[in-house]
Amino acid sequence: MCTTCGCGQGETKIDGEEHAHAYVHAHEHGSLLQGRPHAHTSRMVQVEQDILAKNNQYASANRSRFAEHGIFALNLVSSPGSGKTSLLTRTIERFKDKARIAVIEGDQQTSLDADRIRATGVSAVQINTGKGCHLDAHMVGHAMEKLALADDSLLLIENVGNLVCPAAFDLGEAHKVAILSVTEGEDKPLKYPDMFAAAEVMLLNKVDLLPYLSFNVPLCIEYARRVNPYIRVILTSAVSGEGMDEWREWIAAGMEQAAEQKANEVDTLKRRVAALEAELKNAWSEGRG
Amino acid sequence: MHEMSLAQGVLQVIEDSARSNAFTRVKTVWLEIGELSGADVEAMRFCFDAVVKGTLAEGAQLEIVATEGQGRCLTCGQTVHIQLRYEPCPLCGCYPVEPTGGLEMKVKELEVE
Repeated sequence: MCTTCGCGQGETKIDGEEHAHAYVHAHEHGSLLQGRPHAHTSRMVQVEQDILAKNNQYASANRSRFAEHGIFALNLVSSPGSGKTSLLTRTIERFKDKARIAVIEGDQQTSLDADRIRATGVSAVQINTGKGCHLDAHMVGHAMEKLALADDSLLLIENVGNLVCPAAFDLGEAHKVAILSVTEGEDKPLKYPDMFAAAEVMLLNKVDLLPYLSFNVPLCIEYARRVNPYIRVILTSAVSGEGMDEWREWIAAGMEQAAEQKANEVDTLKRRVAALEAELKNAWSEGRG
Repeated sequence: MHEMSLAQGVLQVIEDSARSNAFTRVKTVWLEIGELSGADVEAMRFCFDAVVKGTLAEGAQLEIVATEGQGRCLTCGQTVHIQLRYEPCPLCGCYPVEPTGGLEMKVKELEVE
């Protein structure tokens, strides 16, 4: 295992292949001390660095890339079996222009989910984390190399089904979306508060099953808001289609905003270039005069 | 939670620091772990020892400084001590309390050779 870049752990696979490194490892593997003479004078080094600093660096690189291309990226998190993949396929069906959607699927094993997504006509990449319990920003960066992401498009990242670990790992997404199904129990937001605290939206899924369950919807929403007072809640069902319009509209608004921000940035850059050109022109004419 | 990844993160920070500060051995590592960070201190110790085997931090002592969880009650507006994210305000008994401190997971300092 290379612990310097977190890579080459022999576990992570993207579309079944171990990914190649785009850069050369500058560090030595193995003990740095073996056979070297060293003096025993110790000193203190101030570090003050976030433990997740490396992941956060990769995440901000991903985020810049999204911003540059007006891509609206969502990180979908939930426990296994919440209906994420069904919800995704239904969501994709509701967007007419499928060319503007891409999906990154995260699972420990198999490419079953990516296969289901590809069947809807959009491009998908499967990351298999092996023993890993979450996606990290480094894996997502590599997966993006395999997807031809269009400008002003939507990237849906389906994280490994796990309500604990993915909360801490920023992938560079615009928002985390937590999906909780009504077959799970309304106290999940209290049992796994980190995830609901990190999410912008909670999709309360499989609501078509509510008549057969004793799930208390208002109590679940109250629990979610105890952890995250600002969380937006949408009740959804991939089977009946309930809430799918509201969910699609929320996504469409996010995509529009991402595209607008990119356009504004391009405009600002164009104006800056024009101003610099004018300055240069003035300097030239003054120089001649 | 994902303490193995966090321990690898600690080692990455140490190895980066080793390059910029020119040291070859780490004797003690001080971490600052917030009460509301979600990291389990005991699991962190176990994973750290496993992750640093065969590296410049093998056998290093791990000192963990816990920082208190803090939040601002959105009802009474006071800053209060909370140990869990969804606890009610200890002053007025209301929800929600927005966490404002004790969320960090940092490598603070190293004793090196």
